[in-house]
Amino acid sequence: MLKILQNLDRRWIFLLMFVAVAVPLIMGTTFPETPSGEVIAVFDAVDNLPDGSNIVMALDYDPASAGELQPMASAFTRHCALKKHNIYFMTLWPQGIPMIQSSIDILNEEYPKTYKGKYGTKYVNLGFRAGNEGVIKLVVEDLKKSYSADIHGTNLDNIPLTKNLKNIQQVDLLCNVSAGYPGSQEWVLYGSSPFDIPTVVGCTGVQAPIMLPYIPDQLTGMLAAIKGAAEYEQAIINHYPQLAENPKAKEGLIRMGPQLVAHVLLIGLIALGNVIYFWERKQGTA
Amino acid sequence: MKRTIPLFISAVTGFVLIATAFIPKFVDWGNDAMAWFNLLAAFAFVLGGGNLLKMQLQKISAQQPGWGYSAVTLIAFFITLFVGLAKVGVHPNVNFPEFAWSGDYLEEGSVFWWFFEYIFTPLSATMFALLAFYISSAAFRAFRAKNTEATILLIIAVIVLLGRTYASEWLTGGFSNEPIFGENGITYSDFKLDHLTQIIMEDFTTPGMRAIKIGIALGVASTSLKVLLGVDRSYLGSDQEA
Repeated sequence: MLKILQNLDRRWIFLLMFVAVAVPLIMGTTFPETPSGEVIAVFDAVDNLPDGSNIVMALDYDPASAGELQPMASAFTRHCALKKHNIYFMTLWPQGIPMIQSSIDILNEEYPKTYKGKYGTKYVNLGFRAGNEGVIKLVVEDLKKSYSADIHGTNLDNIPLTKNLKNIQQVDLLCNVSAGYPGSQEWVLYGSSPFDIPTVVGCTGVQAPIMLPYIPDQLTGMLAAIKGAAEYEQAIINHYPQLAENPKAKEGLIRMGPQLVAHVLLIGLIALGNVIYFWERKQGTA
Repeated sequence: MKRTIPLFISAVTGFVLIATAFIPKFVDWGNDAMAWFNLLAAFAFVLGGGNLLKMQLQKISAQQPGWGYSAVTLIAFFITLFVGLAKVGVHPNVNFPEFAWSGDYLEEGSVFWWFFEYIFTPLSATMFALLAFYISSAAFRAFRAKNTEATILLIIAVIVLLGRTYASEWLTGGFSNEPIFGENGITYSDFKLDHLTQIIMEDFTTPGMRAIKIGIALGVASTSLKVLLGVDRSYLGSDQEA
């Protein structure tokens, strides 16, 4: 048996992983989540603001990371919409524009009373600008030097939300969802930290250890990976039970099922690999 | 001159940006410098495109192994560039109906949007998703308890893998708050997997990462000074005067 496992074709492992992810996804298995302190800090940062506050939503990710980050961006958008906040969308990633559109679709389809036909008064899409941290440095000090027009080419002086906005130090909260560089760390280093802009971020699991040292002084809270997204969704559902009926508001919770099975499979594979290793060592072949 | 002028521009821009942090008078200068930088960054896309062309054409002309992939890359590049620049399938912007090309190149239903939605997005997601398969294979073949360090790493990996899922609740959710030995404060619930994960992240990962970040920051400060003072000129390319 051990000899068979020793020479196991890796395609069997791939098949196991495929089944481990596909079955819970197809079955739609979800598990209850308890929001952690970091997630509650994010929730409170959005929820404790008065209705109609100004929020910058910087969505710095691409389709490759959307599986992990889109649930966060959607949850941020829904939470802001429930609070009727004014939202300024922007991105430092060229592939981020369609990601912004997904959030705008949520506003228009799920909260039409507050947002449909209110472009420019309730939300605005600033789109993409090249320059990475250079863009951040400008928008925190002089927005219109970096963004003279929105994504549709309308001058910011002609848009009610941006007409009197000199820089994003004037907004109430900065929400960033990021898949890497430029992203959360750059927003903290060049935006929130030097100018004390309250900031919350959602990032990939790989970025989470990099962002942890900034909490709680430079960063109010963080959603780390799909687990953070699921906990945030749960926190929103706990406070706004009407969202429990919306399956789209549980994307993160649904993805925790495959995560659980895949993690257990990984542990099983690690254990099996080590059994083979110690057996080989005993045989003197390792 | 080819080296002196870039050195001068770097030094002046760098020192102005440093000054903006301390002297309010310099803030506007700093913002101007950043606006120029952002414009140059946009031109980097053109350079990137040029470089892609050069590299792939070289491979094709030399008939290097895999040159067919280069041909596919170039065809895809030119088709995407064309539909994006020509805004194929894009309607004029409602604010500027008299200008045929004033619409957004990513407008829903346009050819570029279609490429992004149905080719780029699934391909990107597929590439990223492949990681799960390679990680599982690596976990089976490479993650061995060969020595003490590897064993510690392995134990921590198992705790975090379980602690970040509902498995922690299944396995250790029943641990009570009763103290283990007398009244020393340590309880059974302290050993819940999610709590152990939190301890690992907050008490081990965060201080370690903080130390690394401080080291990196000191390195960046020292390297930046070298660049600004012209001591380190490696970013200009070869040392030979052009």
